[in-house]
Amino acid sequence: MTSPGTILFVTTAIFAMAGGLVTISARRPLRAAIGLLVHIISLAGMFLTLDAQLLAALQLLVYAGAVVVLFVFVIMLIGPASEVGPIEGRFASRTLSLAVTIAIVLAVSTSLAYFDLPWGAPSEDFGTVEGLGMAIYSKALVPFEVVSITLLVAIVGAVAIARSRTE
Amino acid sequence: MGVGTYLALASVLFGIGAAGFLTRRNMLIQLMSIELMLNSVNVVLLAFNRVNPGNHDGQVFAFFVIAVAAAEAAVGLAILIAYYRIKKTIDTDAASLLKY
Repeated sequence: MTSPGTILFVTTAIFAMAGGLVTISARRPLRAAIGLLVHIISLAGMFLTLDAQLLAALQLLVYAGAVVVLFVFVIMLIGPASEVGPIEGRFASRTLSLAVTIAIVLAVSTSLAYFDLPWGAPSEDFGTVEGLGMAIYSKALVPFEVVSITLLVAIVGAVAIARSRTE
Repeated sequence: MGVGTYLALASVLFGIGAAGFLTRRNMLIQLMSIELMLNSVNVVLLAFNRVNPGNHDGQVFAFFVIAVAAAEAAVGLAILIAYYRIKKTIDTDAASLLKY
């Protein structure tokens, strides 16, 4: 007996892992960006299985709509140089870092896979615009305003750093 | 589908991002790997919030993670463009000025 939530979770999990693998293994950065897009969209679908509707929409808007497009703009701006040639040498450090990462991930994921807690019963407005909005604007108002300043500083900093130095 | 499945999946996604960051030398792909790692953290936050749905703390935290990740991507890509102007490549092996 498989529920629709299980089917959605398995589908999005497979696509998220495939997108991530395409992202880190692609030679051409544009293919990596498309892999990142697949990854992000499938994670937005997975957020729906966790009753996070507003965050699923935000994931699509902010990541798929803004971050991936920013990556694609930079790839177009840089042009052919965005494709770094094949990696030569340094096999020891690459193999070692890959092996350590795989070992840690295997240990953590196999020990976590059977960890289980009962799902709680969500209230009517859990994860909706109203529920999450009330939580943000009542309990996290100061961090919310600080984040807006952070984004403003990031915009100004990005312009200042990326601007051409030629007067 | 228990919460452990979500945690295991998130650790696998984090591992994919970490492996990409450590093994690739293309700065664009390394920035994308950072995005992969930040996204996997969001999965953990939302899964634990779904276990304890009396409040929205995990979702609020994931919201801030998304906002900070957007700022990080903007500044990181600006640094990449400035680096490309100087070095004419985005290979991170070329960033060796402070090594000597």
